[in-house]
Amino acid sequence: MTNKHLYKLENESIYILREVAAQFKKPVLLFSGGKDSIVMARLAQKAFYPSKIPFSFMHIDTGHNFPETIAFRDEIVKKLDVNLIVRYVQDSIDENKVQEEAGKYASRNALQTVTLLDAIEEFGFDVCIGGARRDEEKSRAKERIFSVRDDFGQWDYKNQRPEPFQMLNGKIQFGENVRAFPISNWTEEDIWTYILQENLDLPTVYFAHQRKLVKRDGALIAHSDFLNIVESDEIEEQSVRFRTVGDMTCTAAFLSTADTVEKVLKENMASKHSERGARIDDKRSESALEDRKKGGYF
Amino acid sequence: MELVRISTAGSVDDGKSTLIGRLLHDNNALTKEQETLVLQKTKEKGWDDLDLSVITDGLVAEREQGITIDVAHIYFSTDTHKFIIADSPGHIEYTRNMVTGASTAETSIILVDARKGLLEQSFRHFFISILLKLDSVIFCVNKMDLVDYDEDRFLKIAIEIKNMVSDLGEKIPFKILPVSSLKGDNVVVKSKKMKWYTGPTLNEILHDSNSKKSVKQPFRFDVQQVYHAQNKDFVDFRGFAGRVVSGTISTGDRVRTFPSGNESVVTEIRRYTDVLNEASADDSVVLSLADEIDISRGSTICLADSSATKEQKELSATVVWLDEKPALQGSKLIFKVGARESLSKIQSINYTIDPASPKNHLTSSQIELNDISNVDLKLSKPIFMDSYSENKKNGVFLLVDPQSNATVGVGFAD
Repeated sequence: MTNKHLYKLENESIYILREVAAQFKKPVLLFSGGKDSIVMARLAQKAFYPSKIPFSFMHIDTGHNFPETIAFRDEIVKKLDVNLIVRYVQDSIDENKVQEEAGKYASRNALQTVTLLDAIEEFGFDVCIGGARRDEEKSRAKERIFSVRDDFGQWDYKNQRPEPFQMLNGKIQFGENVRAFPISNWTEEDIWTYILQENLDLPTVYFAHQRKLVKRDGALIAHSDFLNIVESDEIEEQSVRFRTVGDMTCTAAFLSTADTVEKVLKENMASKHSERGARIDDKRSESALEDRKKGGYF
Repeated sequence: MELVRISTAGSVDDGKSTLIGRLLHDNNALTKEQETLVLQKTKEKGWDDLDLSVITDGLVAEREQGITIDVAHIYFSTDTHKFIIADSPGHIEYTRNMVTGASTAETSIILVDARKGLLEQSFRHFFISILLKLDSVIFCVNKMDLVDYDEDRFLKIAIEIKNMVSDLGEKIPFKILPVSSLKGDNVVVKSKKMKWYTGPTLNEILHDSNSKKSVKQPFRFDVQQVYHAQNKDFVDFRGFAGRVVSGTISTGDRVRTFPSGNESVVTEIRRYTDVLNEASADDSVVLSLADEIDISRGSTICLADSSATKEQKELSATVVWLDEKPALQGSKLIFKVGARESLSKIQSINYTIDPASPKNHLTSSQIELNDISNVDLKLSKPIFMDSYSENKKNGVFLLVDPQSNATVGVGFAD
């Protein structure tokens, strides 16, 4: 392999994935079909080969995802021959466990937590493997590789286990749960460089395409039935791509003509904006993500 | 691209977060969102200079209290290097987080306030850098703007630092430089106010560091899992998945395994679909051997040479205590080296080290949070490991409380 730096990161992630598989009874990999989870899937393949990936994948589907991503998710799971569990935020709403947000900024992003915690309990997962990266956001930068959560899924940042020399302690009490982050030390640039190196397929929304958009507060949001459109919103069509793919209601598009991985990589690096800058949910307050994390969100 | 891991440490208010913010800002590595935040916070506070500390303090409590509580990892790259900075808290009660942050670093930056000189924390930070066997230490004498960029003040602190280094009697490469993170002097841009300093800037020093791989160490491989595969491509495949802890292994090498002591020959080194000729320190691979010998998670594979002889049931070690509940003589703890695990008991607490004068050994009946103590440990089953001074990667262990499951100590085998 030519890229020394990626080789180091890959070594570390494989080591972490193997520790997860060895230290826990019932792991699950959270898989959305987004770029980070696609990289995670490749790393899992590499970590366990020639054995099979020893855990299921799970997606907490808000019902507001890009249809392209969902189609891609199903396709890749079939290719990898892994079991995919899907749990729906809509079900939690129907069961009156959570309430749909109102108003023009309504999003289902925060509602996912309830569905996730319920699914963890339903299947008895003792560890959820996630593709969160420390470079994404300030509170993420504080995460350990093994993040212990209590019965309620809460993150106690003052009580994090030290991980000197990357020695990982996954011992937990019954009812506790761990979030494991094998790509903690990867940056957005590393992810794209790796996608290029490994020749990984991505959902089409990551590349430039013509799309109907809603212009709101200076951001471009995909036009969809899920969005509460108000009078001040402007509707237009442009060539755009998405740098991060969450719910259609809270992910902003970038004007772009980059239609290959190489071009995306080049364009991202030239941009001074951060990836998370396109997450409208994080802009609710400076600590929006930290607050969600404390409550059990990823 | 060279990947360099750095850790930063300083006492409260030494300006550590500002230094990192400055490093990113002057390397043109801030995102638009971070730039906006800096401008907004600076305005709110009514400062004349940019408040660059807001980039790293990630938690609400940190911003409220103006201190760093937990290690933050910051990533930035320049044309030639990628940096991972572990920004560790300075306050004594967070020493455990500093150990975590610095343990994977190659270089540590220790900040010293030009007005105050060395503090108890500075001795502690330096001692931990030595204990963790970092490749080098950089002392940034910060806040030079508050002492009128005075050369004599800097030289006086430099002497204090040199005395501290020579008192420890350890040979570690170190550099001392005067900076002002707030104003930007000597961080990335050479200071115009301190023409008397002709050495490199912090940025130049960091770009000069190279990570070293410990290939000259003896080969040690920690088995994480055993893989069996039986499919169209593999018939009766049996391989040992793990990470090379130290040294190098090639196909055809004769190996000895622990705890059994059995020997065999490496027939294949695999990484995914690639079959490799050799693997070295830090590589995650799958090894296959010629003979069906007893190997499972927690086994160690070594070269069958004279160095791979000892399994230990009793050892002396230096331990940094990370938990609020103190350790006592007789405390029973889970001992963990990589995938190897055993129960252990503290037989005796030999002495506790005062980082401010490390040669001065204190006697104590218990090991409290942030104490650095030498202990004798007894294990319930023999474990193969090296002494930390001979083989850093294979001489370090964790101590876990069997009741709370908390990681309560990190140890370095004598």
